[in-house]
Amino acid sequence: MMSTYKIYNFMGLRKVAVLFSIIMLVVSIGALAVNGLKFGLDFTGGSLVEIGYEQSADLNKIRDQLKVVGYNDAVVQTFGSPTDILIRLGQDHDPKLGDKVLAALQDGETQTLTLRRNEFVGAQVGEELREQGGLGMLLALFMIMLYVAFRFQLKFSIGAVAALAHDVLIVLGFFALFKLDFDLTVLAAILAVIGYSLNDTIVVSDRIRENFRKMRKESAIEIMNASLSQTLGRTVVTSLTTLLVLVALAVFGGEMIHGFAVALLVGVFVGTYSSIYVAANVLMAMNVCREDLMPPEEKEQEIDDRP
Amino acid sequence: MLNRYPLWKNLLILFVLVFGGLYAAPNLYPDDYAVQLTGSRDVFQVDQVLLDKVTASLQREGVTVKSSELSKNAGLIRFPTGDDQLKAKDIISKTVGDDYIVALNLAPTTPSWLTAIGAGPMKLGLDLRGGVHFLLEVDLPKAVAQKLENYASEIKGRFREEKLRYRKMDSLDNGALAVKFTTAEYRDKSIELLRKEYQEFTVSGEDRDGDFYTIINLTEQAVRDIETYAIKQNLTTLRNRVNELGVAEPLVQRQGRNRIVVQLPGIQDTAAAKRIIGKTATLEFRLEAKTAASSARTEVYEFRNDLGRKATLEKDIIIKGDNVANAQSSFDENGQPQVNITLDSKGGELMARTTKNAVQRRMAVLFVEDKERTVYKNVGGEQVAETIRYQEKGIISLATIQSVLGNQFRITGLDGAGESSELALLLRAGALAAPIYFVEERTVGPSLGAQNIEMGVMSVQIGLALVLIFMILYYRVFGLLANIALAFNLMLLIAVMSMLSATLTLPGIAGIVLTVGMAVDANVLIFARIKEELANGLPPQSAINSGFGRAFTTILDANITTLLAAVILFAMGTGPVKGFAITLSVGILTSMFTAILVTRGLVNLTYGNRQLTKLSI
Repeated sequence: MMSTYKIYNFMGLRKVAVLFSIIMLVVSIGALAVNGLKFGLDFTGGSLVEIGYEQSADLNKIRDQLKVVGYNDAVVQTFGSPTDILIRLGQDHDPKLGDKVLAALQDGETQTLTLRRNEFVGAQVGEELREQGGLGMLLALFMIMLYVAFRFQLKFSIGAVAALAHDVLIVLGFFALFKLDFDLTVLAAILAVIGYSLNDTIVVSDRIRENFRKMRKESAIEIMNASLSQTLGRTVVTSLTTLLVLVALAVFGGEMIHGFAVALLVGVFVGTYSSIYVAANVLMAMNVCREDLMPPEEKEQEIDDRP
Repeated sequence: MLNRYPLWKNLLILFVLVFGGLYAAPNLYPDDYAVQLTGSRDVFQVDQVLLDKVTASLQREGVTVKSSELSKNAGLIRFPTGDDQLKAKDIISKTVGDDYIVALNLAPTTPSWLTAIGAGPMKLGLDLRGGVHFLLEVDLPKAVAQKLENYASEIKGRFREEKLRYRKMDSLDNGALAVKFTTAEYRDKSIELLRKEYQEFTVSGEDRDGDFYTIINLTEQAVRDIETYAIKQNLTTLRNRVNELGVAEPLVQRQGRNRIVVQLPGIQDTAAAKRIIGKTATLEFRLEAKTAASSARTEVYEFRNDLGRKATLEKDIIIKGDNVANAQSSFDENGQPQVNITLDSKGGELMARTTKNAVQRRMAVLFVEDKERTVYKNVGGEQVAETIRYQEKGIISLATIQSVLGNQFRITGLDGAGESSELALLLRAGALAAPIYFVEERTVGPSLGAQNIEMGVMSVQIGLALVLIFMILYYRVFGLLANIALAFNLMLLIAVMSMLSATLTLPGIAGIVLTVGMAVDANVLIFARIKEELANGLPPQSAINSGFGRAFTTILDANITTLLAAVILFAMGTGPVKGFAITLSVGILTSMFTAILVTRGLVNLTYGNRQLTKLSI
């Protein structure tokens, strides 16, 4: 009855996938342990000043200029373009900081500089946000686990959460490995990754459940393969459309949401992979079987249906 | 017949779409550059005469005025370009003088037939509009401690009046007051007095080492009341200060238990805003100590603007800034700057009671500023930031009390007209009941805001275009129908955001982009099912019907779980991230409507009730 669909032997590669996932996770955890996350201003607290130049700015000159006026701990970097300079300072709150930095840099400069942005986050607020962010993520995972356990079954819920934890860890690992700034928007992106990856996993799980009820003779492996093959088209198309808009966002959205777009790009890739391999693999490992998916009332209905 | 919606269902869909279109429409009308004119006090009302005067002077200077209108107590003058607006602001300021507040504004141009049904454009967040965002923390333990100090002064006065002789009064570490008496009789009388007159205390007696103590504790309710009051007064004060800035749509709001968020969108002179808001100052009125006074009862302070000069003051505080009802700067008979102060009734009473016996003595006003600095400590090899808060107190005036002071008196001897007006401004805005500290500040320049909008809108357009093209290439006619549904989805998303008056932020735009990408998912699920059913040999009409039917639960489960993540994000997020969570959640809901109902309606209109042999999918 499934003759028109080509069934790929996804599960044939499951051992390779396990190995691949483990390597990715080890690298991610390693990167997190060695490099740690490069937390942005939102989480560390401190001050930030963004200055717009007319022509390309000389970073070393800026550092020297700032040292002259006493900002020795200034971290100077370009932000998206060579004319856009981001300066991070471990300063206390100083309402005039932006103007002071601007004045120091404008001194002896022929071009006109503009103060684009000036932010201060208290150390305590940063710490709270970090705590809240971690807590929020755990809460999201827990709520999702509950919902999936309620709508599907406990084994599926463990599979889904395993896939999500896998995705989140790898995105975090990616940010640690490449030392990318981890700010509030990236945290938001990771929660969106949770939402997205879950979406994928649910669609696959839904099909697995359906096929377990429908295909009576096949083995679990065959059912998995059939389900993954049937949903493959949809998985690929949705991932593609999402990737398309994310690429648009990463390229045209500007520097302030670049981290957000990158986190989601990585997340969508990993999420697509994990919905195929991680969730299904965990189900296999837990020996999911037909009995798990036959709620008593549905069983009765099916008996009634028989002629 | 398969694949036909009943008329009512089609009408319902049509109705929702028309309704959505109406409420999304105001976003199509770009805002006007405008200048808003309001009176700085109630006596200065903006009327047609003033407005005419202003427009006349603008015309003289060659500034093009698009229109001017008068609302309840403000005038709004619109300009065709931002340059005109900036030029006009200076001219208007000069024309109307200091009695009026002139503020730059962006005025919506929603046509009146749309405003009549309550439609309006989305609000833009600070990151899109430019402006300042502050997060302030109110020091509540300090508020309680301060209030207790006030009580202590008051109680001492009462004891003196009742001739209850006490040795000393101490504040204990746990926030209680301990009064030491020499005899049990005085002690018992004091307890009786306090229980009768102060509901906010729990009072108890204690005998220790042959001395008699009265222990005074604030009740839990009293502490809570003081905290609520402190937050409220800070809110009022900040609102007043913000109003002095003349910002068009300011937001001053309590956030959490002890924080206040202040947002000033669209202001250009951020430095001025920070100067006014950032001044966390209170005042203490104290008598100068007599030369014979013991050093245990006095404190020495420096002058604020005359470093090195010092004065010795009594420890007892007569009144504080929160008893100050009003203050205005003016000039006295000799042309010297002065500040006229009006106290509330309690403040006036306290002032009269103290100054009755202190005529010809001198009274000082201490200017108390709360500041903080961060120090880095090395704990176990790790740098740990610790914020230390401290108070800087300086005398701003030391003047001889000429007569018994009541509710109204004046401070003279200020450094100049500039300082007197600045001090009056702070006093008038109402000195704060409890110290506040900046815990977060974000300033976005207007040019960056404009750039963010431009880039955000561009990425939405490009992302949308890519998805539309992909869908048509991949799904043909069905792709086209899904695209129409997607366009409706965007429209509904914007309509709902506008109706909720939700704030659009840059991450919010990112949420819209993401919604565009993910919204087609439901359609993809349905179409994949239809293809599958066709492959299974079902005739086209049945394939459509069962495709929609069977994909429904999958779509529901997948979207509810995503919605769960978005809601959590909303609950824990702040500012911009909240904007993202809102667009994501609203997007999920609208996309379910359009992908399931609208697409189905379109498919039914296209294919329903026809003999089909093939589907273009």
